[in-house]
Amino acid sequence: MQGFASEFNSALSLILQGDPELWAIVLLSLKVSIFAVLISALIGMPVGAALAVARFPGRRAVIVLMNALMGFPPVVVGLLVYLMLSRSGPLGVLELLYTPTAMIIAQVVLVTPIIAALTRQVVEMLAEEYSEQLRSLGVSRLASVPVLLRDARLALVTALLAGFGRAIAEVGAVIIVGGNINHVTRVMTTTIALETSKGNLALALALGAILIGIAVAVNAMVSTLSLRAEQEGLRHA
Amino acid sequence: MRDLVHEMASCLSVDGVRITRKGKALLDVQQLSLDGPGPTLILGPNGSGKSLLLRCLHGLIMPDRGQVRQDGVVLNAEHKARQAMVFQQPVLLRRSVAANLDFVLKRQGLPRSSRKARIEELLAEGGLDGKARQSARSLSGGEAQRLAILRALALDPETLFLDEPTSALDPSATQMIERMILRASTRGVRIVMVTHDIGQARRLAADIVMMQGGHVVEHGAAKQILDAPESDASRRYLAGGLVT
Repeated sequence: MQGFASEFNSALSLILQGDPELWAIVLLSLKVSIFAVLISALIGMPVGAALAVARFPGRRAVIVLMNALMGFPPVVVGLLVYLMLSRSGPLGVLELLYTPTAMIIAQVVLVTPIIAALTRQVVEMLAEEYSEQLRSLGVSRLASVPVLLRDARLALVTALLAGFGRAIAEVGAVIIVGGNINHVTRVMTTTIALETSKGNLALALALGAILIGIAVAVNAMVSTLSLRAEQEGLRHA
Repeated sequence: MRDLVHEMASCLSVDGVRITRKGKALLDVQQLSLDGPGPTLILGPNGSGKSLLLRCLHGLIMPDRGQVRQDGVVLNAEHKARQAMVFQQPVLLRRSVAANLDFVLKRQGLPRSSRKARIEELLAEGGLDGKARQSARSLSGGEAQRLAILRALALDPETLFLDEPTSALDPSATQMIERMILRASTRGVRIVMVTHDIGQARRLAADIVMMQGGHVVEHGAAKQILDAPESDASRRYLAGGLVT
């Protein structure tokens, strides 16, 4: 018990004294996940919005597939991205394996379906409400997309935060494509896994506390924004 | 702003329009010509096809058979651009009151400098001055419907369709909206409005279209229909009978 207390104290010291190694890991985690979420948003939001308003054969199947991809196992995503980026893979010439870029790519694959699916849900709900009015005002289906995205902005921020939550807490995919290389690709989750196995609980606990803090902050923001979106009559189904 | 051209109002006509769902005819109108200046009020019980007819006239629903024409020409995008519609439940953008009006004016191609003045003018007309920056979703029911009408009028429409715009409002809010409708009508906007309210028909209508079971049972001058209806369905409806 005394041992645990001492590890907690050491963890607290690492955080409060601004341990450079700890904060470098935190910074890299944030950088990778924020980039991944931004790229995912650029792909996922237009795709989700287009799926919400477009009508074409097979649309239902695409939606089912996209929803299924939301629950895709991260290790499998890691494996697929690894195969693509490995020397003998189709993108091997880019030499991205074991770099932060590879980790961003893996997270983009994981997060894009989440953002696209949530965007589709939100925009479809709003499109149902706006449909006749926008048509009456002479707004075409295609031209309605930016109108819907703008008016669903609050709910869409919650989709972004949900994607960020998934990205920052991810371990399986990034450890496969990043390799957990010290000072290069070591992020919070992979460091926690490694340091725990080495018995260095202080660093693992410190990172764990920061990760929990980030998760709580993200969830608090999601709750606040969801509440505001609900007050405006729009929330995730 | 349009001139006072009541006498020159264009003719909106329905020619053999039929809408069927699951084998049941929801709307079946052989011939209807709206060629007077209006306001035209469409009256009838629930499910009689009033709102469906309104949507057909505005081109929101394509009939399975038949055509809607304006001045003899099948309703096209150009005609629709000169129409506007206000729904029973006002659908307002999740933006400020002014931004709801700006959305339409911007689409009309009005430069930013003119839009501001026009928005102020419209807000004053609807008694919404001072609410420009307020969220449109926070308006009361009457204010929201007034904003929806102002947004429709911002299009400077030739024809304004209204689908029971006052059905959920109290008498004072209803009165404000009726005044807006009459002012628009006086300015030359042709009003075509669905209502359940016989009193409202008496207050607003120049001509009345009576509907039942998807059919037009009678169309004529408001005074004629309200005082001496020809069809049994009209007589029973106007007498307050339960017409289904």
